[in-house]
Amino acid sequence: MFQTVIAALNQGFVKSLEVFYLTLLGAIPLGLIISLGAMGKLKLLKGIIKVLVWVIRGTPLMLQLLVIYYGPGLIFGNNIWGSGSDGRFTAAMIAFILNYACYFSEIFRGGIEGVPKGQQEAGEVLGLTKSQIFFKITLLQVIKRIIPPMGNEIITLVKDTSLVRVIAVYEIMWEGQAFIKSDGIIWPLFFTGVFYLLFNGLLTLLFGWLEKKLDYFKV
Amino acid sequence: MSLLEVKNLKKSFGRIEVLKGINVSLNEGETLSIIGPSGGGKTTFLRCCNLLEIPTEGKITVGDHLIYYSNDGEKLSDDELRERRRHFGLVFQNFNLFPQYTALQNVALAPTLQKMGTPDEIEDRCIGILARVGLSDRLNNYPHQLSGGQQQRVAIARALALSPEILFFDEPTSALDPELTGEVLKVIRQLAEEKTTMVIVTHEMSFARQVSTKVCFIADGVVAEEGTPEKVFDHPENERMIAFLGKLNAR
Repeated sequence: MFQTVIAALNQGFVKSLEVFYLTLLGAIPLGLIISLGAMGKLKLLKGIIKVLVWVIRGTPLMLQLLVIYYGPGLIFGNNIWGSGSDGRFTAAMIAFILNYACYFSEIFRGGIEGVPKGQQEAGEVLGLTKSQIFFKITLLQVIKRIIPPMGNEIITLVKDTSLVRVIAVYEIMWEGQAFIKSDGIIWPLFFTGVFYLLFNGLLTLLFGWLEKKLDYFKV
Repeated sequence: MSLLEVKNLKKSFGRIEVLKGINVSLNEGETLSIIGPSGGGKTTFLRCCNLLEIPTEGKITVGDHLIYYSNDGEKLSDDELRERRRHFGLVFQNFNLFPQYTALQNVALAPTLQKMGTPDEIEDRCIGILARVGLSDRLNNYPHQLSGGQQQRVAIARALALSPEILFFDEPTSALDPELTGEVLKVIRQLAEEKTTMVIVTHEMSFARQVSTKVCFIADGVVAEEGTPEKVFDHPENERMIAFLGKLNAR
């Protein structure tokens, strides 16, 4: 029995991991783009981004999942996601990437704006180009600043992956819960916590290590 | 002929005119001190010369090189700005060292990126410059491991590493306690003796008097008084300058 459960949970966990890393892969660059837009000069774009971030951060991710998956079909009578599990997964990924990109964009903006203006000016009077200033001076200071909040957000993401079940993407908690119906046992559901704990333990170690790596200077 | 020539420099922020037509000229090897009340435009003048602020009007030249001329009307590109800033070095009030680099790396960064020699040549030169400001034993320390005075001396070395024709200082000792002020002023004095062309915005009057060949008193966006230190400090003619000195002496 134990082996059957573990095999099922493993399978679900692989799905959870997919949601996890694909979200990071999409949300980090998109978040950077959004943060640059929010700091840019175009007033209209800034306004649009403000509203977008407000809506995304102001509503539950679960609601966003449902709206993004069911919305197109209900509003336009055209389910762009198709009926298969691939379609549900794609919809889930779009909701997650958009959601996390908005949170990340605020962290990036804070990190970039937190670098004193004098750093850039010092680079300018030393005759450095804009890209040299960004890559040689600003970037590492930004990274150091954003590691703690990013660590928080990424650990939250691990747990948020459990939400994709609302549109029937079979992640680990879905797999655990299935044993209640099929075998009348609940411990597999509880056992999913071990997976989350171990994985978040690893991430905590990784972020601790990164913080330590950048401990040699102060910002 | 003078090395630095600033003519009728004006700068407004919105409706507030901070500089109302500044004229300054400086010969090679001279040290100009700029004194005056806070908010009078001293720092803005310095930032305009370095094109950290773009002047509203006026003309700035260094030797035969045009730095800024409002009648050109064109907006300077980033590349042009960099090219024109090359003539100047600037030392900031709060140092602005790069925290992730050691003293030596701070000094060597710009020469390295601008390929001013092989890495070994650049390193040797930068070590030499840091020795000149008395920091031979601090090469591999990070800024947070240095005192304010040491940080400011690294900043001076960093500016010197690009061999600017004119070195600007924006209140270089204002962020330092009196004890640390001395070590920074000593370095600037030494540079003056070596005939480095410098423009120093400062509140250290006795220092300005000792080290400068020329003093400008800027108040309300104009040069209200200028001349040799003796003239400006001992025989001022401008009322604002007389009042300013009066307040200083009353302290």
